[in-house]
Amino acid sequence: MKQTVKKPVLAVGPFHPLQEEMEFYQLTVDGEKVTDIDVRLSYNHRGIERISETLQFDQVPFLVSRICGICSASHPLAYVQAVEELAGVKPPERALYVRTIINELERIHSHILWVGLAGHFIGYDTVFMWAWKYREPVLDLLEEITGNRNNYGNVKVGGCREDIPDELKPKILKELDKIEKKMEMLTKAVLDDPILHARLKGVGILSKENAIKYAVVGPTARGSGVAIDVRRDDPYAAYGDLDWNVITQSEGDVFAKAVVRLLETFESIKMVRQALKKLPDGPVAIEVKEIPPGEGCGHAEAPRGETFHYVRSDGGNRPVRHKVRAPSYVNVPSFRASCIGGHIADVTITLAAVDPCYSCTERLAVVDQYNSVTHNYETLLQLSREKTAQIKKDFGSSGLKMEDL
Amino acid sequence: MNQEELNNKLAEIKDKLIDIEQKANNRIYLLCEAENSYAVNKFLFEDVPLRFVITTGIDSDDCFEILYHYAYDQTGCMVTLKAFIRDREKPAIESITPFLPAAEWIEREIHDTLGIDFKNHPNLRRLILADDWPEGVYPLRKEVKR
Repeated sequence: MKQTVKKPVLAVGPFHPLQEEMEFYQLTVDGEKVTDIDVRLSYNHRGIERISETLQFDQVPFLVSRICGICSASHPLAYVQAVEELAGVKPPERALYVRTIINELERIHSHILWVGLAGHFIGYDTVFMWAWKYREPVLDLLEEITGNRNNYGNVKVGGCREDIPDELKPKILKELDKIEKKMEMLTKAVLDDPILHARLKGVGILSKENAIKYAVVGPTARGSGVAIDVRRDDPYAAYGDLDWNVITQSEGDVFAKAVVRLLETFESIKMVRQALKKLPDGPVAIEVKEIPPGEGCGHAEAPRGETFHYVRSDGGNRPVRHKVRAPSYVNVPSFRASCIGGHIADVTITLAAVDPCYSCTERLAVVDQYNSVTHNYETLLQLSREKTAQIKKDFGSSGLKMEDL
Repeated sequence: MNQEELNNKLAEIKDKLIDIEQKANNRIYLLCEAENSYAVNKFLFEDVPLRFVITTGIDSDDCFEILYHYAYDQTGCMVTLKAFIRDREKPAIESITPFLPAAEWIEREIHDTLGIDFKNHPNLRRLILADDWPEGVYPLRKEVKR
């Protein structure tokens, strides 16, 4: 008698209390191969767009900085740029530089955070430990500048709330030198490691055509050869005055995205140095009394890509509509293009390569046709690490440079 | 293309639009009726071509507005297509997901929050509302908000 073949489903998600978003993936698998992917989200929908309509214009930045703990400078910046556009407000020069410095420090700590987590997922826990150690001083700097390690609350319509004191400049520069040196070592170790090449190259490829079709942004797009970056394309804050490069890679695999993030960290360090050097004198804010009726679009390059805010005003003191699009909203659906056809052991790192929340990978479970769990998060992580270990073995242990850090 | 060439290119689709508003140097708003939105979106994404950013759904005074935000990264220009759905009883508009997979989620989200029917959407399931949320209650509609 012929048995009916039921497709096994791999469930990924939905909850993890440490991460900023919850998502739930259902992967249909054929043996070890992923044949389909379905995503469910909004397990923790907070109704931010709706709450925003109940707040006054100057209260909204505090709300939107809480959309994401890691991007808590980019969201309010995109929002105030939308409001400044609709009100025709031009903040003072110094405020633009302060915004740039805070946003680039945010990018540095976010990219280093990703490098650490990526290392963890493929079994390089040394990278995780070291990367997060290097990230710590960046958070300390942000705390000294804004008073908070995250949720800086420093940007407002018409400028910034707090200035960067001049006496802090030498300290920031000194810390940047240290971070740069450590990141050089880490980057060289990653780029030279034959095992990482074998583990990450050709994995989770997002082609340029698919990157355009799925309208992905940030390092996800730049890793697939789509050279877009709001900081260069529609310069805001002080980015137009600084000398820096948009980093792109053409391969579209996990390795390419890692390279983009690592090299971008150096561009960000460069930008903070230049911005500190050029920091003009003067006030950091002008008074904005009324927001006229109208509409405005603001976008900023968050560490994960373009953050977009649309604000409409009817002349009252609250927005009548405020639309927010975080970069992961367009990056996450591209998993359909990058995961299908791949191997289960590669899903963890392919999902992580987009740098979404990690809640997904923390609650992985393989469910067979009778809905019984055959793999859980631990065993899937194990699968990912075993693949790395096998590659290490094939290469011989001498190739292991990362562990020497 | 520079900004002027982009403006000329956008003018090619003028007969399907109500108006073109230029609110700033690099902020262009195109206004159209819902029945023309599919053709205009296809033109913007495939022929110009622009990068799709997101869609905003608004419960406006006497109609629903669906705003399709696009970016033209060569000049940093943001182009927003505003489509007006006049029928408040059975609001519907053609889905753009068949040629633009990036719009799948946001069309499902607007379907959830405003109750707009996106015709020919391949997968118009709930995206953000909970499974036990009542049918026919749309949280971003004015009657619910008040």
